[in-house]
Amino acid sequence: MADTAKPKGGGTAKSAGGRRRNRKNDTPNLADEQPKDLLDYYRQMLLVRRFEERTGQAYTQARIGGYCHLNLGEEATVVGLMSALNERDYLFTNYREHGYAIAKGISPRGVMAELYGRTTGVSKGWGGSMHMFDTEARLLGGYGIVGGQLPLATGAALAVSYRGGDEIVMCQMGDGTTNIGAWHESLNIASLWNLPVVYVVVNNFTGMGTTVEMSSAEPDLYKRGSAFRIEGQRVDGRDVLAVRDAATDLVERARSEQRPFLLEAFSHRMKGHSVVDPAKYRTQEQADEARAQENDPIALFEERLEKAGVLTEEAKKEITDSVREEVADAADFAENSPHPDVSTLFDYTYATPVANESRRMPADPVFAE
Amino acid sequence: MSVITYRQALRETLRAEMHRDEDVFLIGEEIGIFEGSYKITEGLLKEFGERRVRDTPIAEEGFVGTAIGAAMLGLRPVVELMTINFSLLAIDQIVNHAAKIYGMFGGQTSVPMVIRTPGGGGQQLGATHSQNIELFYSFVPGLKVLAPSTPGDAASMLRAAIRDDDPVLFLENLGLYNSKGEVPDDGDQVAEIGRAAVTREGSDITLIGYSRMAVVAQQVAEKLAEDDISVEVVDLRSLRPLDRETIVESVRKTGSAVIAEDDWLTYGIGAEIAATIQEGAFDFLDAPVRRVAMAEVPLPYAKPLETAALPSVDSVITAVKETLNAVGRRVG
Repeated sequence: MADTAKPKGGGTAKSAGGRRRNRKNDTPNLADEQPKDLLDYYRQMLLVRRFEERTGQAYTQARIGGYCHLNLGEEATVVGLMSALNERDYLFTNYREHGYAIAKGISPRGVMAELYGRTTGVSKGWGGSMHMFDTEARLLGGYGIVGGQLPLATGAALAVSYRGGDEIVMCQMGDGTTNIGAWHESLNIASLWNLPVVYVVVNNFTGMGTTVEMSSAEPDLYKRGSAFRIEGQRVDGRDVLAVRDAATDLVERARSEQRPFLLEAFSHRMKGHSVVDPAKYRTQEQADEARAQENDPIALFEERLEKAGVLTEEAKKEITDSVREEVADAADFAENSPHPDVSTLFDYTYATPVANESRRMPADPVFAE
Repeated sequence: MSVITYRQALRETLRAEMHRDEDVFLIGEEIGIFEGSYKITEGLLKEFGERRVRDTPIAEEGFVGTAIGAAMLGLRPVVELMTINFSLLAIDQIVNHAAKIYGMFGGQTSVPMVIRTPGGGGQQLGATHSQNIELFYSFVPGLKVLAPSTPGDAASMLRAAIRDDDPVLFLENLGLYNSKGEVPDDGDQVAEIGRAAVTREGSDITLIGYSRMAVVAQQVAEKLAEDDISVEVVDLRSLRPLDRETIVESVRKTGSAVIAEDDWLTYGIGAEIAATIQEGAFDFLDAPVRRVAMAEVPLPYAKPLETAALPSVDSVITAVKETLNAVGRRVG
């Protein structure tokens, strides 16, 4: 941590990235990689990109309701992180989680159907954009309250530890989360109790419109675990291989050492906080930079793969086409899936049915004669 | 049957449930080495060890949320919050998470946990340590809120709460911990959640209470029996779900009702009970429903002020008598 330069929002990703190149987690050499894996990462990133673009479109067409936060610009972080987990590891995320759900192994159909509020959605239409959940994929929830998932993830790690399991828990969050009480309480507990959890801060330099500098007295977020003796690392979130390696390192250390770790991945949020946010608080320069080719994880990776001869024109076309089809299929599936029946309104209030639970509809009398 | 205290009933139930089910563990501030601020967990650390009796930092949001997360993976945490006042520090986790996780994810995972916590004024603890804010949680679908008033109920309802798959706020009362009552020795009574109890039958008036005020209601009924006034006592036991039928059935029989509650009057639990009565027993009422609640002030420290602010046997008797006078029965 000799480097004391602070990453800043907007124009500073470059300097943070430049600094990263001097650090040990330099991007891996493509020659050491399996082309199959590289193409798989590329495909997943592209799938997340196209999925989110389609989501934004469906949202503006009012096919999707509520709030809607996209992973655009964060695809390398999403795919890199998920490739570090095995299928038995658990994931908790914040509300910007569509890409994570897909990369954790949930069908884009189920994610899109959830966005459409259909019964075939991952959360059966009860959660929406911010609340994806899948027991089998071990995505234990996207959470809409900033910081809400931190104590929960800590508790899941406690359950693993209690039972002597070898799973780890990954807990994703945004940069603004590092200032909420739950952050401090959770990291403290996880460290005290030696829990196998990796907290991941996805730093896009801005919590809604408030920059990291404006909100965090220590804007080097990966250092903020030090108060709890939690080792932290920072990685360039635009580089899928660097993210994968950094995450794998910490995930495996959490597993073997039974300790919590902290990872910060920085990347640009290409658009506003949510679909409806025009991001007027950004200067033209900041907006340009967020969308610049050099900050676009997919453009960056594509260029590298092409230069290395891994991504041929033919492979690119095949991947692009199949991704387009998969996204179109997901949207069709969502569109043609049934809405939940109103008769199911009271199905999920309680897991253990109870006497005297009120099942009154609006305007129903309390006591029908 | 043995006669034991409310405190002993809780402790023995926790012990028995921990022996019965390896997934049950205790988590909270000062519950281990200190053996609990109110000694409910006395001896349990020694018996079960640190894995199952887990002392936490002073971090209510953190450890309540940690318990929720553990419950999502199938453990059955029993959280102790030192007093219900401190639940406010964890209210995001309780209301936004514990209460929502089952429904918000389409029933994919439940949250089988219990939050034990005492309420109750009268201990000269001042404004921030003497509140009865169970209403906040009783308002929220997804939570269950239980409030036993006797050692027997404390045991059977805590057992039910631990075995239930939903988050249960289990309200205890500082003033009841030393109260004594009969508890079956075989110790496997499991209460049905959501049932009130008519704990004393009567014909003149229905007196409704829960937790400490259910005990006060019994005392009131006994005292008024000396004056030939027959009071039917309903102990709510469960604040959510609320047993509306038992309440209404009783009022339909007696024709009048007084509600005794330790929380504040305006928007309080009693307001919901009164609304329930007018919806279910309007034609049977011979007098307006009367509520006896805590004075609407931050509870003061000084003893005369504190005593004056709290409902008591005397204030409930006054309300009962005035209600019966309104009915037209002269009771002085």
